Amino acid sequence: MTNAIVAEGLVKHYGETKALDGVDLAVRTGSVLGVLGPNGAGKTTLVRILATLLRPDAGRAVVGGFDVVRQAHSVRGQIGLTGQYASVDESLTGVENLLMIGRLLGLSRKDAKARARELLANFSLSDAADRAAKTYSGGMRRRLDLAASLVGRPRLLYLDEPTTGLDPRARLEMWDIVRNLVADGVTVLLTTQYLEEADQLADEIVVVDHGKVIASGTPAELKSRTGAQTLAVRPVDPAELEIVAKVVADVVRTTPEIADSVVTAQVTDPAALPAVVRRLDDAEVAVAELTLRTSTLDEVFLSLTGHRTEQEGVPA
Amino acid sequence: MTTLSVPSAVASRVSPLTSLKNTATLAWRSLVSIKHNPFEIIDLSIQPLMFLLLFTYTLGGAIAGSTDKYLAFALPGILVQNTIFATMNIALLLNNDLTKGVFDRLRSLPISRWSPLAGRILADTVKQAWSVALLLGFGMILGFRVQTSFWGVLGTFGLMLVFCLCIAWVAVLVGVVASAEDKVQIFMFSFMFPLTFTSNIFAPTSSMPGWLQSWVKINPVTILADAVRAMLNGGDVATPVLQSLGWAAAILVIFAPLAVWRFKRRV
Ligand SMILES: Nc1ncnc2c1ncn2[C@@H]1O[C@H](COP(=O)(O)OP(=O)(O)O)[C@@H](O)[C@H]1O
Ligand SMILES: [Mg+2]
Repeated sequence: MTNAIVAEGLVKHYGETKALDGVDLAVRTGSVLGVLGPNGAGKTTLVRILATLLRPDAGRAVVGGFDVVRQAHSVRGQIGLTGQYASVDESLTGVENLLMIGRLLGLSRKDAKARARELLANFSLSDAADRAAKTYSGGMRRRLDLAASLVGRPRLLYLDEPTTGLDPRARLEMWDIVRNLVADGVTVLLTTQYLEEADQLADEIVVVDHGKVIASGTPAELKSRTGAQTLAVRPVDPAELEIVAKVVADVVRTTPEIADSVVTAQVTDPAALPAVVRRLDDAEVAVAELTLRTSTLDEVFLSLTGHRTEQEGVPA
Repeated sequence: MTTLSVPSAVASRVSPLTSLKNTATLAWRSLVSIKHNPFEIIDLSIQPLMFLLLFTYTLGGAIAGSTDKYLAFALPGILVQNTIFATMNIALLLNNDLTKGVFDRLRSLPISRWSPLAGRILADTVKQAWSVALLLGFGMILGFRVQTSFWGVLGTFGLMLVFCLCIAWVAVLVGVVASAEDKVQIFMFSFMFPLTFTSNIFAPTSSMPGWLQSWVKINPVTILADAVRAMLNGGDVATPVLQSLGWAAAILVIFAPLAVWRFKRRV
């Protein structure tokens, strides 16, 4: 097995902000790496460095066998990039956008047109092919943007938060598209704020926070370490919160959180739920709500770092 | 098991021919988008005609005694003014490319690094040539007559386009420096209005107060307008043409490196 992407000690500072603070990662050829992190973690900075748009302050990265700084042009010949914000030319139609890229990549006019139509058809954009992209919906723009990054049939694809801001249906469509690309052998590095998305699509996940990799592994490994599920218990009588917390703590062996009259805890063992039910029953605590659900990124963070993700209002 | 991923053959740099092709493709993109952008058609066509009509019929009688005489004086000036106003376009489009991420997309492709900029400038030159032709043609309908020859018209196009290519760098600088569209407009208007109105394009220099005259006489807009007047109406051509080229060169030498420097810093 070879690695399509290798990064070592990548550092990028913006004044006082350490956007990247020594990131190492490797992506096996043909696999999907999910870069998971909250807003401001450094995901976009990482993608921009790997896509040769930004020079790292320190460290190095090799993409498809080429150094991203010294052999940037060769790297560009291998990659497709779909940025966090759709970067299509809004005043051109779907066809014209793709035609332009095909021509820039050296296709003949005829081939570029054919490729444009083919991609638009694949991404259910044929009906909108001859409309200016400014009339497209958010989901359509994302698909056009992705199509634009695929014109040259890259072997390596970067997707920066491909589903942020999409409605659930558009998100599922995007997941299918990514799966099909992976089936064709494309290596994918995708960033996301959603644990579920990384879980669904990635072979390996790296979790980043404040420009550092704080955990990595397969989704299964990560889940077993952090508790991929969250148990939430709400007693009928808020006075019994302490008792509930103690019961949960005994079963899952971590300190649960108490907030808004609900006790929550990360769970790795599926047997935890029946155990908690039995113990609460023994203690004669009446329960208003008892659920086991997929952990949110926030909860995974809490268990990995001991701090919650900071909600920065403005996405960078 | 794969042992070594052999990268497909990618040239490590772009040949001059490919650079030219890239530039042509990106210029095409800039031109074809006019189709979907009615405002740009207005900018390129209706606005210059409106200026021409307004100034000719409102000021003509007062300044030159008759609209025909005024047209001979003002049309060359309006050509120049229009050219300078039209550079706004380049600043806006470039800024849009930078803020909307289109440049990121282009820079992630294995294409010539300068073609996105060169493509915009090339397309702008084509648009400018269109505006000059349109204004000349419409001026003729209103009664403007070329007193010189075909060469005078050709010289006008040539000089205007050379000047455009140089002043375009001011617009490039603004487009690259500004953080958003509204800033582009503020920057551009604050240089375009004073520059074009403190010239002799609408009224003769002699009608202005003395302190203003000394600036108006050396204003590149005045000089270029005088050069175009000479080429279309007759008179001494060499002096104003050479001075115009001098100004164009000076603007290029100052603004092109500044713009390139800021461009490199931004992308
Ligand atoms: N051009 C920039 N100038 C200054 N700070 C920046 C710039 N780009 C990113 N940052 C900062 O670097 C950090 C990481 O940003 P980014 O890589 O965009 O994170 P993410 O994509 O994970 O949300 C953030 O704190 C952000 O504010
Ligand atoms: Mg981001």
